[in-house]
Amino acid sequence: MLLLAVDTATPAVTAALHDGTSVVAESSQVDARRHGELLLPAVDRVLSEAGVKLDAVTGIVVGVGPGPYTGLRVGLVTAATFGSVLGVPVHGLCTLDGLAYASGIEGPFVVATDARRKEVYWARYSDPRTRVSEPAVDRPADVATELPVVGAGAVLYPEAFPDGRGPEHVSAGALAGLAAERLAAGADFLPVTPLYLRRPDAQVPKNYKVVTPK
Amino acid sequence: MADEPLVLGIETSCDETGVGIVRGTTLLADAIASSVDTHARFGGVVPEIASRAHLEAMVPTIERALKEAGVKGSDLDGIAVTAGPGLAGALLVGVSAAKAYAYALNKPLYGVNHLASHICVDQLEHGPLPEPTMALLVSGGHSSLLLAPDITSDVRPLGATIDDAAGEAFDKIARVLQLGFPGGPVIDRLAKEGDPKAIAFPRGLTGSKDPAYDFSFSGLKTSVARWIEAKRAAGEEVPVRDVAASFQEAVVDVLTRKAVRACLDEGVDHLMIGGGVAANTRLRALAAERCEKAGIRLRVPRPGLCTDNGAMVAALGAEMVARNRPASDWELSADSSLPVTEPHVPGHTHDHVHDHDHVHEVSKDNLYS
Ligand SMILES: [Zn+2]
Repeated sequence: MLLLAVDTATPAVTAALHDGTSVVAESSQVDARRHGELLLPAVDRVLSEAGVKLDAVTGIVVGVGPGPYTGLRVGLVTAATFGSVLGVPVHGLCTLDGLAYASGIEGPFVVATDARRKEVYWARYSDPRTRVSEPAVDRPADVATELPVVGAGAVLYPEAFPDGRGPEHVSAGALAGLAAERLAAGADFLPVTPLYLRRPDAQVPKNYKVVTPK
Repeated sequence: MADEPLVLGIETSCDETGVGIVRGTTLLADAIASSVDTHARFGGVVPEIASRAHLEAMVPTIERALKEAGVKGSDLDGIAVTAGPGLAGALLVGVSAAKAYAYALNKPLYGVNHLASHICVDQLEHGPLPEPTMALLVSGGHSSLLLAPDITSDVRPLGATIDDAAGEAFDKIARVLQLGFPGGPVIDRLAKEGDPKAIAFPRGLTGSKDPAYDFSFSGLKTSVARWIEAKRAAGEEVPVRDVAASFQEAVVDVLTRKAVRACLDEGVDHLMIGGGVAANTRLRALAAERCEKAGIRLRVPRPGLCTDNGAMVAALGAEMVARNRPASDWELSADSSLPVTEPHVPGHTHDHVHDHDHVHEVSKDNLYS
């Protein structure tokens, strides 16, 4: 088994290779505005670090969010395109599940990431592998908790989430590790479609696409 | 290098997910998925809706194009993609897909300019472009006069709209007349039954002191809207067909007049018209008439190639491969305001290929200051 995992749902642009037992190579950079530029070079880096070509990969793992839209789509379309060319399955995982898995917290906790617009994407967990609520988007004050909170949401809103824990952003290595466990256990994956959790802003910008040179 | 490179092109700058495949100047496939119906009720393209639709349509549209062309991804000589200009989020889906596709197939990637692609697409219809090429590009997003001594490396703007794009004016007038979105096709249809001389709407920027090649459609739009509102206020019926015909005539009159003038001024004996508005039947007819009178050869692709599509991107990509232009690198950005003067986005890390420089004797003398 050789899994290539990518996630662009948080400010981290992250890619990793996993051989079914452990992470072989990983690359993570935090730059919320450059997912499109950074992801493919990151994939290239982990493959060359591992000394393999893309066609050695037996499956693709992708974080499907929730995440702010524009960056989120970079990981999804990259994963779907790889899957189509290589003819290998693409496994979707909730990005929050990757953070939960990486936290290693035994006992109830919450994962909260930055949804912008003064909101968080969040879900509740009973242990690192078990999510007990659907991912949702809410204002921090409305979901404030004394429980441990993993992810950038806790860093941004300490008054709502006083017991903040790491990691702040998801890593593709953690996603791949979780996927490898789930594959071995024959568990399900999510479809390769984004968890936007918000309706699009249905507004036509004035002078959309006015691009003519002056 | 292959004389007739096999190239796949991806276009996602606005609301069409287009994937085309060409061999040299021969069109093999032109697959399109459009989200235009979803935007109709908003009266314009909603960027986030367009981006979501691109993501859903991307891989299926690539697969459909390959099937239509009867080629395998591994047969391709390169992958081209619109790097800009366009809607940022929409472009990003196409650029990311193109990178993944090129990387997985181990093929060179060419990020190309949307406007240059609109010009280059005519090679699929009328054979290699003359050099230099004079092009009038008109759509919902752009209205410009461009002179292209070499479509892969040298595109020069002569003039552009200073306010609304021509296609935008069609959309806005259609909205005032309650004809729905997009406005171009319905106004074209109604205008056929109307009198283009019924109402004398203004021709923007056509005074003797106005810039010769720039356009303005904002004043026209306001004037048409006022005329309609006055009729309504007086309780009279609005002669929709006459308004459509007279408005359309004002737009295409200015477009063709300035384009022909640019050809004559620059000593270029043919004119290419591209972009969605080039599908307008009156624009095509009037351009044909005026070009003939001026001894200019007119090149307008069929309507399906004028609107945004993947074939135009593949056409320009094939030209990049044929002329040994350097490929883009994996850091290629989606650039929503990519200037028209950059027909493609070469990588920084690649060694630049020094091929024979395309010299254009004609252009050296009569191309501008
Ligand atoms: Zn266009």
